[in-house]
Amino acid sequence: MPDNPVTSQGASGAAKHAGSADNADILHAGHPPYLRHHFNSTEQQADTANFAMWLFLLTEVMFFGGLFTAYLIYRNWYYPAFVAGSHQLNVVWGTTNTFVLILSSFTMAMGVWCAETRRRKGLVLCLTLTFILGLCFLGIKTIEYREKIEMHHVPGFHYSLQSFLDPASNPEVFKEYHDQPLALDMARHTEIYFSLYFLMTGMHALHMIIGIGILAFMIFRARSGAYTAGHVTFVENFGLYWHFVDIVWIYLFALLYLISRHQ
Amino acid sequence: MSEPNEHAHHIVGPGVYVAILFALLIGTALTVWASFIDLGPWNPIIALAIATSKATLVVLFFMGVKYSSKLTKLTVFAGIFTFMILISLTLADYISRAWGSW
Repeated sequence: MPDNPVTSQGASGAAKHAGSADNADILHAGHPPYLRHHFNSTEQQADTANFAMWLFLLTEVMFFGGLFTAYLIYRNWYYPAFVAGSHQLNVVWGTTNTFVLILSSFTMAMGVWCAETRRRKGLVLCLTLTFILGLCFLGIKTIEYREKIEMHHVPGFHYSLQSFLDPASNPEVFKEYHDQPLALDMARHTEIYFSLYFLMTGMHALHMIIGIGILAFMIFRARSGAYTAGHVTFVENFGLYWHFVDIVWIYLFALLYLISRHQ
Repeated sequence: MSEPNEHAHHIVGPGVYVAILFALLIGTALTVWASFIDLGPWNPIIALAIATSKATLVVLFFMGVKYSSKLTKLTVFAGIFTFMILISLTLADYISRAWGSW
């Protein structure tokens, strides 16, 4: 290991243990200040963080995967109810939100590039755009939830079967899909569709809210140049998280909004 | 220190990101357009195929797996493979449990 930072670190390590200096320049002589002392090199440190982030994302895949599997099985069991439930969703809002989220993934990817190439203003701009697009997504989701609340399609005591027992009572949906009325027992199973709808989109929205919170923290720190001095792990790993949330929505959009339109 | 996982960090440029952005936007338009055509059993298959293509682009380029270390590639592949085993065996059980009794 001829030019490894660890070998040239002996002196500063000794200084540290002697307690003779609390000066960061002496303490971290020969390597960047953000290199933790238990790593051999910045590359190893970055690889380790990347690996750990992916392991976390795999647990997230399993978490959302369980919800997707439950959705597929219940859709097989109560197929007419799930088709009728799906027809109550607004494809225009769903499509708009898909575009918004894909754009936010792009601005996030550009943010990672800005951090890697040390563009402070570019990074702040990209993170701010991602933040705003994330809020747009949640705003549109709120409009959709509000519609469901007004139609009494939120599972619980106030759940209404009217749209499924008498589809013509909801002319906007009826003129598009011409749904046949469902029998009472099948109509009741639409509540399972909406339970899964709220569970899946709700968990997704929770991930968005957490992401937006972290974005606010990152914008604050990025303004003082925290991520544009070479240490970009936090921005890169947050990017992975944000893109993962985007992927979850890509599948949610297809499964909840699109696949039952002609059944 | 020249083990295979000690790689120089690859920076993906804006050109790639813009190209992927347009591919994803076109994919979204395509999947919505396809959902307006009645293709019978093919509607879900096409929607999921397009969703998977879009997800693959995001993983490879936005998440940079294409340019990452072998360890990351193996991790991602192993995770998706395990997930596919779990979901396909579960669904196979539901499809075949009552086999022959209808």
